[in-house]
Amino acid sequence: MAPVPPAKPTPSSLPAPKPPWWRDRRVVPWVVQAVVGLLVLLLIAFLLGNLIRNLTAAGLLLSWRWLQQPAGFDISESVIPFNAQLPYWRALAAGLVNTIRAVLVGLVGATLMGCLVGMASFSHNGLLRRLARVYVEVVRNIPLLLQLVFWYFVVFLTLPNGVAAIQLPGVVLAKSGLYIAGLGEGLRWMGPTLVNGVWQAPVRLSVEFGALLTGLIVYSGAFIAEVVRGGIAAVPKGQWEAASSLGLSWFATLRRIVLPQSLRVIVPGLNTQYISLAKNSSLAVAVGYTDLYSVAETTLNQTGRAVEVILVLLAAYLTLDLLISALMNGLNHLVQIRER
Amino acid sequence: MFWNRTLTLGASLLAAGLLAGCAGDDGGVQSQKLSTITGRGKLICGVEGKLPGFSFVGPDGKYLGLDVDVCKAVAAAVLGDPEKVEFRDLNSSERFAALASGEVDLLSRNTTMTLSRDAAGGNGLSFAPTTFYDGQGVLVPVASGIKDLKGLAGKPICVESGTTTELNLADRMREQNIPYTPLKFQTSDQTFAAYLGDRCVAVTSDRSQLAGKRTSFPKPDAHTLLPVVMSKEPLTPATTNGDPAWADAVRWIVFGLMQAEESGITQANVDAKLAEAKANTNQADLRRFLGVEGDFGKLLGLPPDFVVKAVKAVGNYGEIFDRNVGPASALKLDRGLNRQWKDGGLIYSPPFR
Repeated sequence: MAPVPPAKPTPSSLPAPKPPWWRDRRVVPWVVQAVVGLLVLLLIAFLLGNLIRNLTAAGLLLSWRWLQQPAGFDISESVIPFNAQLPYWRALAAGLVNTIRAVLVGLVGATLMGCLVGMASFSHNGLLRRLARVYVEVVRNIPLLLQLVFWYFVVFLTLPNGVAAIQLPGVVLAKSGLYIAGLGEGLRWMGPTLVNGVWQAPVRLSVEFGALLTGLIVYSGAFIAEVVRGGIAAVPKGQWEAASSLGLSWFATLRRIVLPQSLRVIVPGLNTQYISLAKNSSLAVAVGYTDLYSVAETTLNQTGRAVEVILVLLAAYLTLDLLISALMNGLNHLVQIRER
Repeated sequence: MFWNRTLTLGASLLAAGLLAGCAGDDGGVQSQKLSTITGRGKLICGVEGKLPGFSFVGPDGKYLGLDVDVCKAVAAAVLGDPEKVEFRDLNSSERFAALASGEVDLLSRNTTMTLSRDAAGGNGLSFAPTTFYDGQGVLVPVASGIKDLKGLAGKPICVESGTTTELNLADRMREQNIPYTPLKFQTSDQTFAAYLGDRCVAVTSDRSQLAGKRTSFPKPDAHTLLPVVMSKEPLTPATTNGDPAWADAVRWIVFGLMQAEESGITQANVDAKLAEAKANTNQADLRRFLGVEGDFGKLLGLPPDFVVKAVKAVGNYGEIFDRNVGPASALKLDRGLNRQWKDGGLIYSPPFR
């Protein structure tokens, strides 16, 4: 049987004339997607080609050998041991650990701060309620960088120094940092002591760390307070009334009835705030805290390996944020209402 | 069928895109910086911006300083007008990226010439002649009673991050086995604010920078430079390796300022010297230098009288030094290493020949 030429279908052989391909719903979406996909690929190809061409012209093809070279600079407060002879990758690792340290403590602090303020905005105490509002409105509307500089230069750097430092049993707060008693050399209990004009103690937190942490906690706390407030407000008023008709106190109502139900609204919002806190931690360089960004900047300057260092930075912050996101999504899964 | 076609189409378009991405290669290394600048009608110059004596904004809102005058000399030589400069304030971390990306044409920002910054495999800069031979110093409050590096043991020291200063500090302290705490800040303002806030017992930087910054302290006399010089810091204007012709032009404009001092040509007498050169055909050196004869300007892509224009705009090297950082300034720095080679210094221009 001779094949029928598809170009000329007879009206009798088809119920309706086949629409042209550009009006065919089986074809058009594919074409559109292919075009969009191609445009994206072309853009990436153009950017990559451009980068490689320019780097080649400048004699700077991507290379990672610098990671093994000695860094040559010191890091003042590193959790993992570091000195100037160690290679750049160790310096970057020390910076990353410092970033993670600030982010972890910041997350816990900001969550506590946010929950307390968020709950306070439902308090029966009018003063407390208004204070919570003022805090949120003031802090949310001032740039974080400005707040960090304020905490560091105006608050922490005006602390007294040396013998004049604020001394409590086992704790000393001076301009150079917070010194806390702990187990020192030979597992002996040691309090903060003043040696040659410099405070020393087993546990030391620098004011740079303190200023960064305070800034992050106060700033993110305000946003989290709004998330918590929204979550509590999302629980129907009837739940409050039912609980109070059973004789539960304000706090017991909040803790036993309202908060558990509001978590499913709060957790996704928290995720966003946690991620921005992690990203905001890179402002640490403004207050002299040696975080990943600060180390990367010095590294970039010493090695001239701008693209590679930026890639490392991108990868590190992306991984950190995706990790936080994954954990929060897991938590979100736990607090959702189970459909039975 | 459809899938196959789509994939083939996609693959070929992608390949075309990749080729297009690579096709823009112009082959040569000759770049167009000079014509870009003349076309734009102004020079974009990267400076520190907050450093008295080198580059800072004066009370009338105009940039002043030794680094600024180098920019002005280049603008005068290239464009004929020292005011046709746009200044960009750059911190120590931004400066090389700004230069490499072409955001600034010239970096005149108290930058130390080093191997890794010069090398094609490093930052790939092209350095002009050094305009200020400096060394790293340490500034401490007089009241601290600190006399040398050992006195800094265990103490926090403020330093700007991403500088050679940071590395020299680490090296010197390691050599002498002195433990210390470096506190790093992104800008010199933050660094000095932390020092003045008593967070550090010392701040370290180039001695000229410390002297310059000290003039803006509330009590300049309450701070003193330790006698130690921790490093060699030849502060040098820079362009990129990508444009040898532009780098040469900048190099010889700066040499021109130095040669002018050696030849006794000043801002005040440059016109008289030019007239003298034009009148006397036997003064061959002077005639070549001032562009009356020969084609030095043309070889560099500059006007023949580029030296005259530069000197008329800002004076010779000695005048620039005296006005900005020397006896006539608040810094009152000694010429020291920055004297002419005839006087035992390091300022030495190769012959204009």
